[in-house]
Amino acid sequence: MSQYLFQQLVNGLALGSLYALVAIGFSMIYGIVRLINFAQGDLVMIGAFTTLALAGSGAPWPIILAVVLVVGALAGATIETLVFRPIRGAPQVTGFIATLAVSVIIQNATLMLLSGQQRNFLFPAEMRRRVSLGGVSASVTDLVIIGVTVLLIAALFLVVQRTRLGVAMRATAENLMAARLMGVAVNRTILAAFAIGSALAAVAGLLWGGKFGQIDPLMGLVPGLKAFVACVIGGVGSIGGAMLGGYILGMAEVLFVGLLPPAYAGYRDAFVFGLLIVVLLVRPSGLFARHVDERA
Amino acid sequence: MSTSVPSAAGLRGLIALAAAAALVWLAQSTLSAYVLTLLAILLLNAGLAVSLTLTNGLTGLFSLGHPAFMTIGAYAAAILTFPAGRKGTMLPALPDWLAAIQLPLLPAAAAAAAVGGVVAALVGWPVLRLRGHYLAVATLGLIVIVQSFAMNWDGITRGGSGLSGIPRLTGVWWAFAAFVVVVVLTWRIKFSSLGRAMMAVRENDLAAECAGIDAARTRMIAFIVGACAAAVIGALMAHLISVVTPRSYSVALAFNLVVMVVIGGSGSIAGAVIAATGITLLSESLRPVEEAAGLYGLSQVIVALALILVLFFRPRGLYGGGEPAVLRRLFATEPPR
Repeated sequence: MSQYLFQQLVNGLALGSLYALVAIGFSMIYGIVRLINFAQGDLVMIGAFTTLALAGSGAPWPIILAVVLVVGALAGATIETLVFRPIRGAPQVTGFIATLAVSVIIQNATLMLLSGQQRNFLFPAEMRRRVSLGGVSASVTDLVIIGVTVLLIAALFLVVQRTRLGVAMRATAENLMAARLMGVAVNRTILAAFAIGSALAAVAGLLWGGKFGQIDPLMGLVPGLKAFVACVIGGVGSIGGAMLGGYILGMAEVLFVGLLPPAYAGYRDAFVFGLLIVVLLVRPSGLFARHVDERA
Repeated sequence: MSTSVPSAAGLRGLIALAAAAALVWLAQSTLSAYVLTLLAILLLNAGLAVSLTLTNGLTGLFSLGHPAFMTIGAYAAAILTFPAGRKGTMLPALPDWLAAIQLPLLPAAAAAAAVGGVVAALVGWPVLRLRGHYLAVATLGLIVIVQSFAMNWDGITRGGSGLSGIPRLTGVWWAFAAFVVVVVLTWRIKFSSLGRAMMAVRENDLAAECAGIDAARTRMIAFIVGACAAAVIGALMAHLISVVTPRSYSVALAFNLVVMVVIGGSGSIAGAVIAATGITLLSESLRPVEEAAGLYGLSQVIVALALILVLFFRPRGLYGGGEPAVLRRLFATEPPR
């Protein structure tokens, strides 16, 4: 494989990993409470700024990763308890508007505290190197992104498939009322889904900062929207679909930028949302959907 | 929907219009330039909120696309009103006929409405098949698409620096006229068979279809009318503050408009006007505080908190989709419900 193609592949996988991490959170929450959590993108931002604060202290990176997971989970659980639990059962659109409001509050509170200035965000030098392997090379950052994502997704599948919590989540997603009647602690399950989804998004923020080098309080908007596109591609509500959708979107975006003349690179965001509209047109329930309740 | 003989409601409407015009005249002859600009922005914001009420409130579409149509309208109109002499150097990629003409504001705004309407029709065809938050995200995506075109289509839009030095043609009278047109149009639609069809589609589109309503067409009309209004107001706004950039009208504005509609009560015209007035005045009065204390974003946090409180304690907004009884009695062309 030529270096060029390999580079594109690694790039697409790394970008796709980031989208997948955020998209899985969207899907877990949607699958259980039928709510698109618009604030998911802002958890990315919270994760990135948490990392920035910790990296200055010189803590080792595995610890930073763990702390970011915990901070993300706590943030998600807090939002769920304070805002979404009180309006549970309200019409779908009410919930969506509330998540928009939460997103605006997080963004603007961060602006007030930290100012809108862009900040440089660097992984340590040994992670910014490139490694060569059999004639091709890749940046360590991209490989770390891909590896961390695979580990987290594997852990998530273990939780969902093998633990009591996972069974409770799947049951609640299937039928909330029936699960409640079967003795599932529905509120605790929903809280756990928010915490896990938010923790994954926060880690995506850590990795996003490392890949792109700059972070700011409004950085969550585009990853959040693109992760939603990834969800739609894979079929909203399924974790596997969100993951695959993330990778497909990442690859497609990298190919779009790589194959067309550089003058068109600025249109990559337009391309992503054009893709969303196409997918919604030809396959509104996503490529791998099991069920969908809101479309044409 | 219109009657040839002026009805009692129509007469009362004319009287109210004359009274409002007198107030604007009084304001223009007594108030400072700053307050007049604020008044114009307030009227334009209220017009935006009312036009969004038509789409989101009456028809139950959850569109966040208003800023996209405003951007389209602003660029379209600004390209038309720009002095022909400056266009050649600023916007080299314009076709010759566009570079050579310079139009007054009214035809430019009409062109903006046409462009906005055409884009809405093209986008609406795939997007309006979606409901709820799918539509919301697709229209948010539309904002991103429009922004990236404005950002990258250098020869037509001047890229990230945007168009500055747009002739300052809009004044408080233009804003007032736009506001009146949007409010009267929305009011007439709301109390017509088309308006009833929109509400029927909102409540249950299957039942509406069974009653002989073409739901797809009804949705499309609401979306296009809303988009045209947004494009015109975007054009007027650009000619008021004399600059438009790819980020002039963005997601934050979409959010504020939705807040105005929700707080006013989805579908309530009076509610949208009141909420738009309140939120515009709130953010304007907080601006000195934000600047003095360096707390940029404070007004947005307050607006968002207010929205959450409304969702908790008064989920149907101020008027819950209806209109205040006194307005209904005076201006409705049907017997009040």
